[in-house]
Amino acid sequence: MGWFLANSGHVFDLAGQHLVLAILPMVFGLLISIPLAQFARQNSTLRSVVVTATSLLYTIPSLALFIILPSILATRILDPLNVVVALTIYAVALLVRAALDAFDSVDDDLRQAAVAMGYKPAARFVQIDLPLSLPVLFAGLRVVSVSNISLVSVAALLGIGNLGMLFTSGLQRDFVTEVVVGIIAILVLAVVMDAVLVLLERLLTPWSRASTKPAGGASA
Amino acid sequence: MSNIFTDTFAWLADPQQWSGSSGIAVRLAEHLQYTALVMLIASAIAVPIGLYVGHTGRGRVAVVAVAGALRALPTLGLLTLFVLLAGIGLMPPVWALVILTVPPLLAGTYAGVSSVDRNVVDAARAMGMTELQVLFRAEVPNGLQVMSGGFRTGILQVIATVSVVAYINLGGLGRYLFDGLVLSDFPQMLGGSLLIAGLAIAVDLILALFQRLFLSPGASAKPDRSQPAAVDLTDPVTAEAVVQGGTS
Repeated sequence: MGWFLANSGHVFDLAGQHLVLAILPMVFGLLISIPLAQFARQNSTLRSVVVTATSLLYTIPSLALFIILPSILATRILDPLNVVVALTIYAVALLVRAALDAFDSVDDDLRQAAVAMGYKPAARFVQIDLPLSLPVLFAGLRVVSVSNISLVSVAALLGIGNLGMLFTSGLQRDFVTEVVVGIIAILVLAVVMDAVLVLLERLLTPWSRASTKPAGGASA
Repeated sequence: MSNIFTDTFAWLADPQQWSGSSGIAVRLAEHLQYTALVMLIASAIAVPIGLYVGHTGRGRVAVVAVAGALRALPTLGLLTLFVLLAGIGLMPPVWALVILTVPPLLAGTYAGVSSVDRNVVDAARAMGMTELQVLFRAEVPNGLQVMSGGFRTGILQVIATVSVVAYINLGGLGRYLFDGLVLSDFPQMLGGSLLIAGLAIAVDLILALFQRLFLSPGASAKPDRSQPAAVDLTDPVTAEAVVQGGTS
């Protein structure tokens, strides 16, 4: 506890970098997955191609991907961009599936009612499909959030700044407290991010509170 | 940049890199040995509990909660913690890996058993099967597709995490990444990374093939579209995503 208080500035600094490296891929992942899922929904061949391709990318271990990406992106190995791109790839792999399930979960009668009411395809997507698929999308986002926050720490092995640095320096200095502080800080970040996502979902889907059965994700 | 690729290719193609005590063949064998050891211990813990919870439904909430909470634990943190507390050696990192691998296997086994149509289970019981027969003759064979999905992702997670183990002075393909990092030998790092990625993809494809050849496709659980959109751990697809969520 004493070590944490003495170094709280350093820990908060790392936590900030950690959070940026975890959140950016979520945002990019969402921006890529939604159109990709819409595109893949056109027919079952496209669908299985997209799901297979993204899950194949997902099998590549992150440490390896952090090192392979610089040679493809022409970045330096210490560039945080590698981490953002790698985690975006993982986020897309998870979110495309979630988005496909999410769009499937929208009742087709509602779509047809919207068409009958004169909604144009784009307006129907933004005002009907997207809001109604939010619960499933958010469940996917929560999975991505937890896994990203845990994965970012691996990048510390290559010297990219984040809370994982507490593990590497703790190991070098044989200092357990630092490692424990790192684990707790990452768990706190994960819990806080999860709570923020739950709150955001509640704000964005006010109708789900009115129904007797909560529609939100049940996965913790 | 182009000579990085030729250098890496040269490194990979060099027969000297493949033989010897720190050659690729040895590192690959080490990698697979660690993976097998972790999977063996983790399965011995996770499968019985998963079968019990899936069959009786007792402790369902606890399993889901524990699996969810452990997912947030950073792999690297747990590894370093175990090494600092228990010292360098084979077993401390292996136990850390076991802790990280039990939840996905548990969730997969549990999801497999509970994915079986209740009518099938009731029919088995009505035919006079004992509870053990219901479990091993009805629930396990029918849930095998979902279970093997959990194992597939579990194995991939271990293969990924074993590459990190090299950081704490053990072998495996991860050695090339950290040795390369210390020496600023980028071709060696890239070569090692490509080997790890190739190993993960190859193992996944082999397991997929195995699943297709040896498991009845009729036993695969189809996602029930009529269900409300809530996502929980009992859904095999989510369970898989959850399982995957902790790879490193």
